[in-house]
Amino acid sequence: MIALLLRNGRVIDPSRDFDQVTDLWLADGKLAGTGAKPANISGDVKTLDCTGLIVSPGIIDMHVHLREPGREEDETIATGTEAAVAGGVTSVACMPNTEPALDTRMAVEFVVHQAERAGFCNVFPIGAVTKNRDGKELAELGGLAEGGAVAFTDDGAPVYSAEIMRRALEYCKMFNKAVLVHAEILELTQGGVMNEGFVSMQLGLRGMPGVAEDIMIYRDIVLAELTGGKVHILHVSTAGGVDLIRQGRKKAESLKAAGKPSFWISGEACPHHFILTDETLKTFDSNYKMSPPLRTEADRVAILEGLKDDTLTVLATDHAPHAPEKKERELDQAPNGILGLETFLPLCVTHLIEPGHLTWPRMLAKMTCNPAGVLGIDRGTLQPGRPADVTVIDPKAKWVIDKTTSKSKSCNTPFHGTPVVGRAVATIVGGAVKMTRMG
Amino acid sequence: MKHLLGLEGMSAAGLNRIFDAAEKFVGVGVGDVPKRDELKGKVVVNLFYEPSTRTRMSFGLAARRLGADVLDFSPGGSSTSKGETFIDTAKNIEAMGIDMVVVRHSSPGAPHVLAKHLMPHVRVVNAGDGAHEHPTQALLDIFTIRKKLGRVAGLTVGLVGDIAHSRVARSNIHALTTLGAKVIVCGPTTLVPQEVTQLGVEIADKLDDVLPRCDVLNLLRVQFERQRSGLFPSIREYRLLFGVDAERMKKAKADVLLLAPGPINRGVEISPDVADGRNSAILNQVTNGLAVRMAVLSELSKAA
Repeated sequence: MIALLLRNGRVIDPSRDFDQVTDLWLADGKLAGTGAKPANISGDVKTLDCTGLIVSPGIIDMHVHLREPGREEDETIATGTEAAVAGGVTSVACMPNTEPALDTRMAVEFVVHQAERAGFCNVFPIGAVTKNRDGKELAELGGLAEGGAVAFTDDGAPVYSAEIMRRALEYCKMFNKAVLVHAEILELTQGGVMNEGFVSMQLGLRGMPGVAEDIMIYRDIVLAELTGGKVHILHVSTAGGVDLIRQGRKKAESLKAAGKPSFWISGEACPHHFILTDETLKTFDSNYKMSPPLRTEADRVAILEGLKDDTLTVLATDHAPHAPEKKERELDQAPNGILGLETFLPLCVTHLIEPGHLTWPRMLAKMTCNPAGVLGIDRGTLQPGRPADVTVIDPKAKWVIDKTTSKSKSCNTPFHGTPVVGRAVATIVGGAVKMTRMG
Repeated sequence: MKHLLGLEGMSAAGLNRIFDAAEKFVGVGVGDVPKRDELKGKVVVNLFYEPSTRTRMSFGLAARRLGADVLDFSPGGSSTSKGETFIDTAKNIEAMGIDMVVVRHSSPGAPHVLAKHLMPHVRVVNAGDGAHEHPTQALLDIFTIRKKLGRVAGLTVGLVGDIAHSRVARSNIHALTTLGAKVIVCGPTTLVPQEVTQLGVEIADKLDDVLPRCDVLNLLRVQFERQRSGLFPSIREYRLLFGVDAERMKKAKADVLLLAPGPINRGVEISPDVADGRNSAILNQVTNGLAVRMAVLSELSKAA
């Protein structure tokens, strides 16, 4: 028997409203309970002293681009998952916008196998909604689910046809899987480099108006209601989008309360959208270019509000590695996106916990049990018997983000040199310590 | 002044220093007036990724009249067509031992990125970056106003046309407002972003109402591709609403100064008789452009 004792930490398990300074036991890759030593544990027990540390269910990042297959110059499943465990992330859900797209059972099984070979963290592939992500015909969603896909999306692009989106939501009900929405009306964003507003006007850069996101968020909320489907809005960046999701959730709750058929609507926020604004583009640094773009101060504050009132129940990174030769270019020629896995936890601690926007249990819920609920996976909890995925966090560690030490294959982060608070000090996946900074 | 990347944030003193220097360069190298040697032994590179006649020739001639050697780069038939990136091209040219780069590029911020990547002794001049800034064009526009009208503060300047996509408009707005002029922008509502009022300018959409108030009119060129992308219905309608012809000039002040950054579309934003008429300073602008660019190059070479 391989047993591990995480001794005397603040054990927070938002899935069960548990928050106590106690011991957590792991045995044979499974969680074995808190408090006194469970009767079934015998033999040697390895002990990690967690005094002063937080012991959390393993962090889930449900929005990650691992780039493999097809764009191994940016990231591989091995490098991306090594970056994940360096950041305290025990499970990632990876996006299907690879080359070829993850639109067949074969493709998602390849990802699962590569992740097992790499051996760092759990990888849950997300399948494409449509064949080749081109928005025309549904991919074989049943086969994808069978092969391990935990949800579906054409992320990077919207499912443009409202008809296809409607049918995808209906069809997914057979597998109880969510459709994850990249909301963007492409005619309104064509050629856009950044948020449309005062700053884009000043810089002479083509803007992408916030309503391009709002319109499609609205479309997909009403389609969720029509179909009784499960919709999760990825990387919400606008005040309008937060408001629409808030109204949508109220509607879903009131239908449920009235005993009527309801639907699922949830939303996700990425750290860059509640930390940075479009003012940063004045540097012309392509590390501030992403889709959806960094928006205004009012949007940034609205996303914080959405996180505080639980309109946005999920935190995720949209980890989007790009090799330097592609990213370090003129702003309008650089691709969208930044790294996220290693900066996820510290940025959330620094910008959500430290200013008092969220408590530890509430923030960790958005990084553990809530994304597990969207994806329908048995992670994000410390419930005995579940896989022993645990993240140990030093809540007071002060350090400076350094892109040169990143495990990712790319280094496109705007947070290089930023002082932060909070850091994962041990990442335990299936009972095995995959990363430790403890002693 | 280490680089000239834009006029946003440049002080009135900084602007006036360039204008005062430019006064001394008017006519240098023309006829019997001898050339100067401010840039003797220096190498100036024209790195133009977009087509240009006036600006490129003007910078080349200005540099030569100050004694510099001038290299000309254009992407057609160069390593760019072999896939070399902008930064790599610039670094390779830099390795030949150069002192200044005059850059035009379709990407806003390209000169700023260049300034970050090149060695600290190399000076960068923005000769137009996308729709962002075109500082020397605005400097020569305002220098022309100064010479013709004797002042800038207190004047009302109308910028007419496609404000949204105009780097000339942005640079003019920054410098004119800094120098105390009143700026009115006037054009089709699809080509005038509402946020521009936050730069301290007034927006108008009826040219006839604006004309009597203006001391200076700067007529921006209409880019025909904007019509094709649906931003206004037809060239004909643009001319009817915003074209300046002799009839419309009757509504303007008798001594209004007419500027145009060029190249002009005769018969669209300006009729031929007005372009060549007594109010027009279009060719003075080109002449003044040389003096202004000599001033900019010599100021930059003086900077530590």
